[in-house]
Amino acid sequence: MKTLKNVLPRAFICILIFTVICGIVYTAVCTGIAQLLFPNQANGSIIEIDGKKYGCELLAQQYTDESHMWGRIMNIDVTTYTGEDGKPLMYASPSNLSPASEEFEQLVGERVKKIREAHPQQGDVPVPVDLVTCSGSGLDPDISTAAAEYQIPRLAEARGIPEQEVRSIVKRYTNHRFLGIFGEETVNVLKVNLALDGLIS
Amino acid sequence: MTATILQYLFYMALLVGLAFPLGLYITKVMNGERIPGVSKVLTPCENLIYKVMRVKADEQMGWKKYLLSVVLFNLFGFLLLFLLCLCQGFLPFNPQHIEGNSWHLAFNTASSFMTNTNWQAYSGENALSYFTQFMGLTVQNFVSAATGIAVLFAFIRGLIKVKSQGLGSFWVDLTKIILYILLPICLVMTVLLVSQGVAQSFAPAETVDLLEPIAVDSEGNILEDAVIDGDKVLVEGAVVEGAVIVRKQIVPLGPAASQISMKQLGTNGGGFYGVNSSHPLENTTPFSNMLEMLALLVIPVALCFTFGRGVKDKRQGRAIFLAMFLMLAAFLAVIAVNEQAATPQLAQNGAVDLSNIQQAGGNMEGKESRFGIASSATWASWTTAASNGSVNSMHDSYTPIGGMITMLQMQLGEVIFGGVGCGLYGMLAFAILAVFIAGLMVGRTPEYLGKKIEPYEMKWAVLVCLATPIGILVGSGIAAAVPGVMESLNNAGAHGFSEMLYAYSSAGGNNGSAFAGFNANTPFLNVSIGLVMLFARFLPITGILAIAGSMIQKKKLATTAGTLSTSNGLFIFLLIFVVLLVGALSFFPALALGPLAEFLGMTA
Repeated sequence: MKTLKNVLPRAFICILIFTVICGIVYTAVCTGIAQLLFPNQANGSIIEIDGKKYGCELLAQQYTDESHMWGRIMNIDVTTYTGEDGKPLMYASPSNLSPASEEFEQLVGERVKKIREAHPQQGDVPVPVDLVTCSGSGLDPDISTAAAEYQIPRLAEARGIPEQEVRSIVKRYTNHRFLGIFGEETVNVLKVNLALDGLIS
Repeated sequence: MTATILQYLFYMALLVGLAFPLGLYITKVMNGERIPGVSKVLTPCENLIYKVMRVKADEQMGWKKYLLSVVLFNLFGFLLLFLLCLCQGFLPFNPQHIEGNSWHLAFNTASSFMTNTNWQAYSGENALSYFTQFMGLTVQNFVSAATGIAVLFAFIRGLIKVKSQGLGSFWVDLTKIILYILLPICLVMTVLLVSQGVAQSFAPAETVDLLEPIAVDSEGNILEDAVIDGDKVLVEGAVVEGAVIVRKQIVPLGPAASQISMKQLGTNGGGFYGVNSSHPLENTTPFSNMLEMLALLVIPVALCFTFGRGVKDKRQGRAIFLAMFLMLAAFLAVIAVNEQAATPQLAQNGAVDLSNIQQAGGNMEGKESRFGIASSATWASWTTAASNGSVNSMHDSYTPIGGMITMLQMQLGEVIFGGVGCGLYGMLAFAILAVFIAGLMVGRTPEYLGKKIEPYEMKWAVLVCLATPIGILVGSGIAAAVPGVMESLNNAGAHGFSEMLYAYSSAGGNNGSAFAGFNANTPFLNVSIGLVMLFARFLPITGILAIAGSMIQKKKLATTAGTLSTSNGLFIFLLIFVVLLVGALSFFPALALGPLAEFLGMTA
């Protein structure tokens, strides 16, 4: 009983103290430093040109137009979020499907067929895996360099420009491995498309 | 392929390279030594906290008082978070106007974060306000991690002190761990994460234009091959009535980076966003990924070295470290090979390019292209070893064997490094079990670090070792029999069973990762998973403190030629054997019904 009386008030004060330190002070300091040093990154890395927000360079969008580069497969969700005007907003989620299931086998088969039809230039070349799989977040903004390369002939033909021009754009928006070792080399699909549309250079 | 293999090697090397000096630093902090540069700033803060709380810095608690302090402190933490989740609709910093959670979701979330599990039955960006995130979750990330480390130190004191009572003061341990270890590292890490593009703001979510608007029907289903003409949607030339054109995308923001750095460092793992560290705004680049990944395992590894110094015999710490490290490396290799090989269902008889040329290749379903296979598989193995539970790829979409290994690491009791503090004290309970078994074989009284192991310690050690298997098997056994649980499954057949087994393994191991297709937000699942988490957290804490309270009173025996060494290769082998034996005996039947059955079906 004596121990309980000793411990109870201290336990209560202790959680309050650390709520103030770790909840308020720590978060406020972090936010302050972040907003001061890296305002663009801290606020969502939005690509804004002449007041129009063309997208978040970190979040995928869906592209189906033949003159745009395509990204990972997206599991699009338009029911969770609505804008201030009441209109639905796009978001996406992962599939969480087992890659050993029949359902998955069928889905991938359909995707392969669709991609091959859209890329007659590639014939029977195997389709890079990034183009037929859904990502971990559902919002992966990148694809592998193999997946980008696969689309270059189609993009060049659709736009009537030389392949070399498309390839140089792809190269410009390629992210490299950290220190040449960690992670994978990827291409940012939104930036490539904005560049193809002449919105960024 | 060389580049991929190099990544694995560098990750493992960096981990150990960072953990070693950190272990030394933690030793210094917990011994109360002065640390140049740091002490000058932090000691006054530390003393102020003691003053406000009216505790003495040199207080010595008996094991029961230490336990009571842990329990009551966590109880208040639980209540605070529970109330925050329920009432967030009326509280500030809620720009998305998110309403309060249901009572069962609030119970689940509060249990989950208080027990350092951080299972997410909710999706952060649409179910929790910024206020709940930073006042509730971030705070619990700190204090639940510190609780685990504090209990470990009480246990170490129990092992080294001779014929005494005091295990130290929980308040002092907690304060030192948060102020000197967790806060400084988190602050640096947050800034680095933000520099990579992880969000950190109090502003409401942004909306941006879509380059290609999307046409959906009135229910929200995507209209394939639709043509958008002004405000009209045409499919094959005919206007679709009630169709909606989605022109904008949401970019959810919030004080994310500050919470993410702590959820990684404290083996918490509860993401700011629903899809955790696979979300590009939570884990942006290969560099942010490396930081977050090292953070999730560095303290548990460092504590092995701290333990060796603490018991004044570095070889003891090295033995425990090696036992854990060998298991980790072996399990990582199995995951890596299976994910790189992918499945016949994905390969489509060669129509899909799974090679490692100009791409990661392999099973990319549920994986981010910037992380590929190497950074995803390493994360998956570390996070399930460390009871962290954050993910940078979806484990639900792993190959059957790859997914099974992640599950198995949790089922082994989270002792392959495990959670901060709790992983090591869990492993030490297995060490006690191992010396007991060895003692039986050679017919000597078992002893560990010069202290006799007697029936009292054995009973508690067995309970500590079995808490996880009991929690998992009882929980998932009941759930399998409850009607309605089947509706939560996202996949059919054996994989569906794996989803449920994974959920309870995650709760029983206090891990928190998920086969995320499983919809866990139902009253039965929220409550039962919550109870498993509480059981698997507090039974071991009680057992460990009870053992510490008994060991501290014993005298230290002299080492003789007949003493079983607990630091040589034979003991390391024995320890690994005991851990695997308990796990295999408990879980082989369940794994055979889930992932193993799926594997056999996949290749058939």
